[in-house]
Amino acid sequence: MFRLFKFGFVFVSGLLVACAPSMPEGPSRVEKVLANGLKVIVQPDHRAPVVVSQIWYKVGGSYEPDGLSGVSHVLEHMMFKGTDTLKPGEFSRIIAAQGGRENAFTSRDYTAYYQRLEKSRLPISFRLEADRMRNLKLTSEEFAKEIKVVMEERRLRTEDKPESLVYERFMHTAFGENTYGQPVIGWMKDLKSMSVGDLQTWYEKWYAPNNATLVVVGDVKPAEVFELADQYFGKYQPSTLPKLVQRPVLQQQTRRVSVSVPAKVPYLIMGFHVPSAALSTGPEWEPYALDVLANVLGDGDSSRLSRKLVRGSQVAVQTGVGYDWAARLQTLLMLDANPTPGHSLDEIEQALLAEIGLLQTELVSPQELTRIKTQLVASDVYERDSVFYQAMKIGQLETVGLDAGLVEAYIKRISAVTAEQVRQVAKKYLVPATMTVARLNPLPIKSKGAVRRLGGRHATRY
Amino acid sequence: MPQGIKSLIVLCLLAAAGVAQAGLPIEQWETKKGAQVLFVESRGLPMVQFQLVFDAGSARDVGRQAGIAKLTNQMLKQGAGGLDADDIATRFGDVGAQFSVDSQRDMATLSLRSLSDTSALDPAVDLLAKILASPSFSEKSLQRERVRALTRLELERQSPSEIAQRRFYERLFAGHPYQQYPSGDARGLKAIGRKDLVDYHRQYYVAANAVIAIIGDISQRQAKDIAERLVGGLPKGQAAPPIPPVPMRKSASREYIAFPSKQSHIFMGQPGIKRKDPDYFPLYVGNYTLGGGGLVSRLSEEVREKKGLAYSVYSYFLPMRALGPFTVGLQTKNSQIDKALAIVNRVIKEFVETGPSAEELDAAKKNLSGGFPLRIDSNQKIAEYLALIGFYGLPLSYLDDFVAKVEAVTVEQVRDAYRRRVHPERMLTVIVGGK
Repeated sequence: MFRLFKFGFVFVSGLLVACAPSMPEGPSRVEKVLANGLKVIVQPDHRAPVVVSQIWYKVGGSYEPDGLSGVSHVLEHMMFKGTDTLKPGEFSRIIAAQGGRENAFTSRDYTAYYQRLEKSRLPISFRLEADRMRNLKLTSEEFAKEIKVVMEERRLRTEDKPESLVYERFMHTAFGENTYGQPVIGWMKDLKSMSVGDLQTWYEKWYAPNNATLVVVGDVKPAEVFELADQYFGKYQPSTLPKLVQRPVLQQQTRRVSVSVPAKVPYLIMGFHVPSAALSTGPEWEPYALDVLANVLGDGDSSRLSRKLVRGSQVAVQTGVGYDWAARLQTLLMLDANPTPGHSLDEIEQALLAEIGLLQTELVSPQELTRIKTQLVASDVYERDSVFYQAMKIGQLETVGLDAGLVEAYIKRISAVTAEQVRQVAKKYLVPATMTVARLNPLPIKSKGAVRRLGGRHATRY
Repeated sequence: MPQGIKSLIVLCLLAAAGVAQAGLPIEQWETKKGAQVLFVESRGLPMVQFQLVFDAGSARDVGRQAGIAKLTNQMLKQGAGGLDADDIATRFGDVGAQFSVDSQRDMATLSLRSLSDTSALDPAVDLLAKILASPSFSEKSLQRERVRALTRLELERQSPSEIAQRRFYERLFAGHPYQQYPSGDARGLKAIGRKDLVDYHRQYYVAANAVIAIIGDISQRQAKDIAERLVGGLPKGQAAPPIPPVPMRKSASREYIAFPSKQSHIFMGQPGIKRKDPDYFPLYVGNYTLGGGGLVSRLSEEVREKKGLAYSVYSYFLPMRALGPFTVGLQTKNSQIDKALAIVNRVIKEFVETGPSAEELDAAKKNLSGGFPLRIDSNQKIAEYLALIGFYGLPLSYLDDFVAKVEAVTVEQVRDAYRRRVHPERMLTVIVGGK
């Protein structure tokens, strides 16, 4: 489940959080909309004297026009660079002095900022977060340095990682002109032409109380959190938000793309256009049937791909499946794999298609269906062990236009999925017309130039 | 289901004092076979988290094939007691349990998460016991897992970061068991036979070499019973012998490996600290200022915030049984290596010479002590600490004492410890990247 999802987020510093697509029934949760439109959601969890506060803005990679890819993420970086009253970096220093951990992340559908703190320090988080919602100070001097940091981030995460490059090409091919096809971190050419003025415009357009959700989970009392939220965020006026025009995904036949870069191990990603829970034109159960299907194929050692491709035919050394049912727009069900030496990517593709064919013709057995549901219900309990993760789920659902109530409803809807429904979505969506396949064809790893010997030690060429 | 939700909420409220208050109530005992158990009762969620740790990491590869520790660890779930890998995976899955293995230099770990309801917990525990006591190590699974391990080595070789880290350890710990990279090498992996796995398992996967960490929604009596069942099938055996001391570096060296990447990956360092080290707290607290404190450290300030040279730049001590590495790392586009290295070297040198300012030390303490509750705010994190405390023989009060020990550190202690323990003139530097 996780192999593809790791590409979904871009963080301001080194932390990476996996986001598997399952939701628990949780403890009590309360929400309130302030007069200016800011939605505040509080979920008490009294197991430890801590709190996590996350603010989610409805803006991300899929909101960006051509030529401005990556602007949401660059702005996320710049949000740490000071306001009218705070110097660059001071935000982080204040949180650090409170023992806090903080970071931010940008995805296709959202930009979010968070602080984790001992519970009594929540007001500090609100004060700072409210300040930078409206008073950010964007200077060309700070921008000039930070855009270089983001370019380094792009080199680190994408350009020097063969499988990430394949993923980027895959998404671009599958989505074409639709904005899900552009990378969250941005194309390098767009980063190079971006200006501080672009950021200022973007900030003024999207950073508003009525375009945000504040999620607080931890050892807190909802009434006190609402009062604090009103005190710090209540003073702002709402903005008029721009209307987004989404380009539809127009695919009528299989699309293919190959990436040839220096690498050692071939790799393949296969994806199919499928509805998400937020943008489903079919019956309401479809996204949940697709989620069950994704788990039948690919979640963990007991899944079909592990059992049949890795341990059975041994055509693959590792496999993964991803389906982001909580995406804002039409999304993909994705499979990926590395072949075992001696097996080709053609064989991998055939083996994956054979598994899909099986799902289209034969019903998932009752035992298998029960196991998948048991696993989803159990992992729901395990995920509640993390207050951060609880907040993540709420924020994600709210921000894509779903309701936090799905945190509870998810389990019920998964439990209601039938084997016949799994077969139906397999037949309806996992078809050649919606398929995209991307392949990594490794080139030899050769280094340009001479090997340098330094300090009298060995030097090696890879 | 609604009934279940309601009782869960009640449990959450009743158990408010359960997990992470000061004075973590750790119970410790030995099983009949001599395995050490650490347990915390935590009633907040209907789950139990297990972490079983054996002194069976790649430091024990010495004299055997490179990669045998990790391959043995990986092979445990490929078949046991008449069950094959599919059976094992399906049985864990059927009760919603999550099982995983991991193997680094000191430790080989088995982790299990299960619901606390005995209808799920009992089968999961019994299956884990079976995996531990009677792995089958079949030829067929060995062939398969070997090929997978070899392919993972190839994946490492397309990553400049992995290539750099491997070389960093090889050089930093030359002649010491820590030079072994846990994933081994092709020659070692190809030479491992079934009997080697059986021998390795027989020597190291024994009760006297095990630590069992348990936290969750069960009583101590239940935990005692479970611990006995977990290691009941293992021989008592012997604890692994001590790890020899790490040889200290005598001079600086710098090594460059050409790789066709846009960035160069830089790893610098030297042998650092042990888990039980008299300088642990001064070095640890000091590192917050040097390169540990996220975006607010000196390294981050100078390399990233002021110059925009890197996305990630950091330093850390990895405390191990013997001296683990002190590591400074960053990546920057190839043309900027010299510029970045000059800054990093200057920052380290200055810090070793003068230590943190009073304000910097104060900021470090505020972060480390103020953020202490965040370190133990989940079962997962506490289980990891329990395993650590048991494995390295730290006092049971380790977590309770943490804040006081951080607060007691002085500027002089930090400066003194860095001057004695970190030697900028003897630094190892490994660079992997393109022109």
